[in-house]
Amino acid sequence: MRAIHRKMFRELKGMRSQAVAIGFVIVAGVATFVSMTSIYESLELTLTNYYEDQRFADGFVTIGRAPEHLADRLRQVSGVNEVQTRVVAAVNLEVPGFDQAVTGTVVSLPAGRQPLLNRVFIREGRLPEGGRDDEVLLNEVFAEAHELGPGEQLTAIIRGSRRTLTVVGIALSPEFLMQVQPGTIFPDPERYGVLWMEREALAAAYDMVGAFNDASFTLAPGAEIDAVIHRMDQFLDPYGGRGAFPRADQISHNMVQEEFNQLRGMATLLPIIFLGVAAFLLNIVVTRLIILQRQMIAILKAFGYRNRDVVLHYLSFVMVIAVAGIAVGILLGVWMGVLLGDLYLEFYRFPAIDYVLSFRVALTAIVLTLGAAAAGVFMSVRRAVRLQPAEAMRPAQPAAFRATVLERLGLQRFFDQPTRIIIRNLERQPGKSAATVVGISMASALMIMGSFSQDSFDYIASVQFGLSQREDFAVAFTDPASMSALHDLRALPGVLHAEPYRSVPVRLLHGHRSYQTAVEGIPEGAYLRRVLDAELQPISVPPEGIVLAAGLAEVLGVAAGDRITVEVQEGRRRTQEIPVTGVAEQFIGVGAYMDMEAVNRLAGAGQAISGGYLLVDGALEAELMSALRDRPRVAGISSTDKMLESFFEEMVGALIVFTLILSLFAAVIAFGVIYNSARISLSERDRELASLRVLGFTRAEISYIMLGEIAVLVLAAIPLGLLLGWAGSYLTVMAIQTELLRIPVVLQPSTFALAATVVLVSGLASALLIRRRLLRLDLIAVLKTRE
Amino acid sequence: MNGPDREVVFRTRGLTKTYEMGEVTVHALRGVDLDLYAGEIVVLLGASGSGKSTLVNILGGLDTATSGQVLYHDQDLTRADDRELTEYRRHWVGFVFQFYNLIPSLTARENVAIVTEIAKDPMDPGEALEIAGLSGRGDSFPAQLSGGEQQRVAIARAIAKRPAVLLCDEPTGALDSKTGVVVLEALNRVNRELGTTTLIITHNEVQAEMAERVIYLRDGEIADVKVNERRTPPSELRW
Repeated sequence: MRAIHRKMFRELKGMRSQAVAIGFVIVAGVATFVSMTSIYESLELTLTNYYEDQRFADGFVTIGRAPEHLADRLRQVSGVNEVQTRVVAAVNLEVPGFDQAVTGTVVSLPAGRQPLLNRVFIREGRLPEGGRDDEVLLNEVFAEAHELGPGEQLTAIIRGSRRTLTVVGIALSPEFLMQVQPGTIFPDPERYGVLWMEREALAAAYDMVGAFNDASFTLAPGAEIDAVIHRMDQFLDPYGGRGAFPRADQISHNMVQEEFNQLRGMATLLPIIFLGVAAFLLNIVVTRLIILQRQMIAILKAFGYRNRDVVLHYLSFVMVIAVAGIAVGILLGVWMGVLLGDLYLEFYRFPAIDYVLSFRVALTAIVLTLGAAAAGVFMSVRRAVRLQPAEAMRPAQPAAFRATVLERLGLQRFFDQPTRIIIRNLERQPGKSAATVVGISMASALMIMGSFSQDSFDYIASVQFGLSQREDFAVAFTDPASMSALHDLRALPGVLHAEPYRSVPVRLLHGHRSYQTAVEGIPEGAYLRRVLDAELQPISVPPEGIVLAAGLAEVLGVAAGDRITVEVQEGRRRTQEIPVTGVAEQFIGVGAYMDMEAVNRLAGAGQAISGGYLLVDGALEAELMSALRDRPRVAGISSTDKMLESFFEEMVGALIVFTLILSLFAAVIAFGVIYNSARISLSERDRELASLRVLGFTRAEISYIMLGEIAVLVLAAIPLGLLLGWAGSYLTVMAIQTELLRIPVVLQPSTFALAATVVLVSGLASALLIRRRLLRLDLIAVLKTRE
Repeated sequence: MNGPDREVVFRTRGLTKTYEMGEVTVHALRGVDLDLYAGEIVVLLGASGSGKSTLVNILGGLDTATSGQVLYHDQDLTRADDRELTEYRRHWVGFVFQFYNLIPSLTARENVAIVTEIAKDPMDPGEALEIAGLSGRGDSFPAQLSGGEQQRVAIARAIAKRPAVLLCDEPTGALDSKTGVVVLEALNRVNRELGTTTLIITHNEVQAEMAERVIYLRDGEIADVKVNERRTPPSELRW
């Protein structure tokens, strides 16, 4: 090995603690970037593959009742490729050991084989056989919620009569990747589940023999989905078609897309910021480290080493650290990516995650990190070689100290000599002091950006479930009912208070923008369900006009005072122009609210209600549930507590995992940067400090000078870091919020406190390590040689 | 100042050098005219601040003049760019510094090797150490060597490339007189055995007795040049 390479390895060994700290910064940056970006790409790939493997349909349509022979005619609709007809029915269920009402959707399967489209993935057991009317396949989340496996039984209430069903298998389906009851936005696998039954048996139970009420289709190559849907609607209108819709509007797909959009924001923007900051910090550290080598560079130059040789030497020095850091970072990132993949299987029921680390992701990590390190080497070595070797070898001139602000103000008498040294040092090199402060503050900003979303989600939950939806349970009826249904609800055991609501599916239009949603009618003076304004004060919904959630107003491009067109999607499908009277603060979901009577007038079906909100005496909850279960009109019951739980588990969980990783690595980066800054400051100053010792200063006094400077920089970095973190959080929110989930930037004092604590503890730990070195300062050796 | 009929290695004419030291301008050299001949051993004597180091640094291509001319044989060093100066140092010049400037992370042998590895026709590092009177300590790190030993490693490092000129800036400045003598003997031996043109800076009048010529520098100018009729071997020097 050449002497110059030996020099590199020996010196690397000599500064191993610093090398490790720099390595930490790289590992943290790369691992974060690789794990998050790769898991996002893997999820996208998994989704695409899953849809393809299970032949997920491009479009869907629901019909009142259509004879089977119509299927052939559907296939002939221009632009349609394949058609799969089915029977789909709502069912009330009784699950042994669970005393609350459970509703479900039963989907038909061809006897003993997979359907053409929307195939199920059999996780366990088998498909229902032909000729058996009691065999069902359960969706995995539902089966898990009730711990049901093949061989176990549950009861269905089909058109008033009870029927015992035997579970023959557990399945997954691209259609129910997110198992969400129509009309709700949170999965509640205990109270709602999807089942599959053999077609003949299901048709017999629901009077659909020789007919179908649901069809899915794929598009012929080159066909336009909107045009096909339009032709489909025209064709099916006489048979009671309820409007075909594209995959984009399919409930599970739509939710998965929404969540993927959030993840994309989180998984692409944040990690790249993270990696960028790590690279920037790496650059600062490398630059300062090499500037310390000024004299060594001059000696190499004096021997006749060329500038290129010197650059290569220091480049290889830094590259050893960088390459090792990147390698460990990528390995750690992949390992975390695989773990995250397992975790995501809890949120998204794929058969398995197809984990991939794309070349692009790895290359980005490598190029950015190596680039930052190399840039640091080039800049600093260039600065060093620009000096004549003779000049570089001379002791640096005494730095041009000037009287500081304090002295100009005549305040110096309040400070002792050591304190004046600290102040003058900081003031002499404002650029370097500022770079250190910015570096440390960026690390703490990463901490805040990593953990702010937890605060925001807590805030969302407290607003949504504390101020806006105050009921314990929401009960939805199968069909609009008269007000007497509300009186029935009030009479049930345990019900303290009940308020009705009316929900009507609508399409809202403004200019060329439109949005499919449901408008909710709220009775005057409602207590349980309230619409809030931006200041979280209740808005009264006026007798005329509509109040839109802020997200929806944004989608439609309207403000209070504008008029929008409302197309009712049921009954006589009336269309009406209605003024927007207010915009509501709503973080989850995109609601539209009207006065209940006004909604009923709009729907044109008399005074009807779609369900009720209940305030319940907790002690009587079980009784209430069993009473509700026996009511055929009840289509679904949702519990606010369950929703809250589900909000954190299903919606937020995926994001929180990321934020945990981010904050953890941000802490690592903070430590790496602070420790390195302190170590480099020590190297820059050891001669001065040793001289002071020789002059009779105590160890405590020189420690004060050195550590005092670090303390000032760390303390200055904290407020700046909080500010940067707050700004970064805004940036993050812009990237991850979607129509369905608006995220306010809420930062609790505890988040700031945690970020500040991590910085302080890193500063303190670095100070202790530095102090150990100060105690070992070799006075003689430092003074014997020059500079 | 025309010496014997020997080949001129360095020729300087009107050499000046000024530095900006913060807010002060320092005139380090004020018009130096000097010829150095092949194979001679010259001592450059002067008080601190007289411009000795500046002159040697410019001759060695470590620094550039503010005005005037320096020729190394036919090469005009004042017109050379950084790359040319690097090549010049690499192949022709050996340096010995007052504070040795060894690389602490390398052993004695490796400190020599770091130079021989980039030279055209170097000697073996072991051979160089032997000439410097340091055989047997090749595997020691600088921290394990005494000051005199470290300086001899520096000499070995300077001569290992077989330089045309050896420039020594206060080579004994950090050493006691006994060790200093050993170092000077090593330099004398190199000059004698390899015929390397050697320029030694010192402010110690006694050491001037070992030179063929003594050049006195004062305030950036040559004050006097003395030719020693009889050279005193370093071993007989005492200070």
